[in-house]
Amino acid sequence: MSFAFAVCATLSVAGALGMLLSKRAVHSALFIALTMINLAVLYLQLSAPFLGMVQIIVYTGAVMMLFLFVLMIVGVDSSDSLTETLKGQRIASIVVAVGLGFLLTSSIGSAVISTENSLDATFAGGNVQAIANLMFGKYVLALEVTAALLVTAAVGAMVLAHRERINPKLSQREQQQARFVDYALTGKHPGPLPPSGVYARHNAVDTPALLPDGSIAANSVPAPLQARGSIRDITESDNQRVIDLSEGNVVIERGEDGRN
Amino acid sequence: MDVTNYVILSSILFSIGAVGVLVRRNAIVMFMSIELMLNAANLAFVAFARANGNFDGQVVAFFVMVVAAAEVVIGLAIIMAIFRTRKTASIDEASLLRA
Repeated sequence: MSFAFAVCATLSVAGALGMLLSKRAVHSALFIALTMINLAVLYLQLSAPFLGMVQIIVYTGAVMMLFLFVLMIVGVDSSDSLTETLKGQRIASIVVAVGLGFLLTSSIGSAVISTENSLDATFAGGNVQAIANLMFGKYVLALEVTAALLVTAAVGAMVLAHRERINPKLSQREQQQARFVDYALTGKHPGPLPPSGVYARHNAVDTPALLPDGSIAANSVPAPLQARGSIRDITESDNQRVIDLSEGNVVIERGEDGRN
Repeated sequence: MDVTNYVILSSILFSIGAVGVLVRRNAIVMFMSIELMLNAANLAFVAFARANGNFDGQVVAFFVMVVAAAEVVIGLAIIMAIFRTRKTASIDEASLLRA
């Protein structure tokens, strides 16, 4: 057992276990990407350089990124529910899988696999050439069927992901009319929302704008931040400081690091 | 070069993938587990190709990768379609046909 195999095998099993045990789907995706990369290194060790590269490009490059895209659409923090729908199913499935693993490893471990044949002897033309000879010779029918499968999959994905528009798209004119109808009926302001506050200290979006009387303008902080409750407080001393700065009443005292 | 180690690793990974499919309830994570099982099978193919000294196993592993890529595309599109109507990716929610 070579050192490289030990490292890659440990890391790939660790990645698989991390995929299994992490609660968030994004973490699972990153763990499985770790496993895929380590499997690619194992392919390289098994004198399959072409498959190793395809593994990195197709799996870690395309498939896992597709997974991450879908996770971003579905919602990053969609964590798994831990309630069991079927009673005792989790225990039973773990027992079954451990039994399966034990059966496979024990039967394979006791089998005698002759390793007298070396792939290097048939390596003369190169790995890619050898695979190409088989793929376009002995397995050419499978290759053709695969091409048909890929076309079908592409069309199927487009059909499944396509969404028919139920309502016609609103034009700018119709949006304006709707806004003014809303204004007439409910008194909702038809113009843009007030921007966030800009002071000497902060101009971040969580800084609320102030009305002339010093109270906080509603809607000047985005709704998600309001829901999270992360609005920056404006205290009376802040107000006074802004007034002082604007009237030139104070000199900005600077600290040793040049910041006030 | 002992091929047995590789095949044992492949069966361990396959078992972990099987637990994932059975235990996890999130459809996307189940899908990742299926990918792990396919990869474990690929590793066994490549290891046996090495042991037998021919490239047939590598060609089969390549075809498995192509089929897995197509399967991922369709499966994720189905998950997206279900998510659009049900606003969840949990497989327990998709039980409309239950008697």
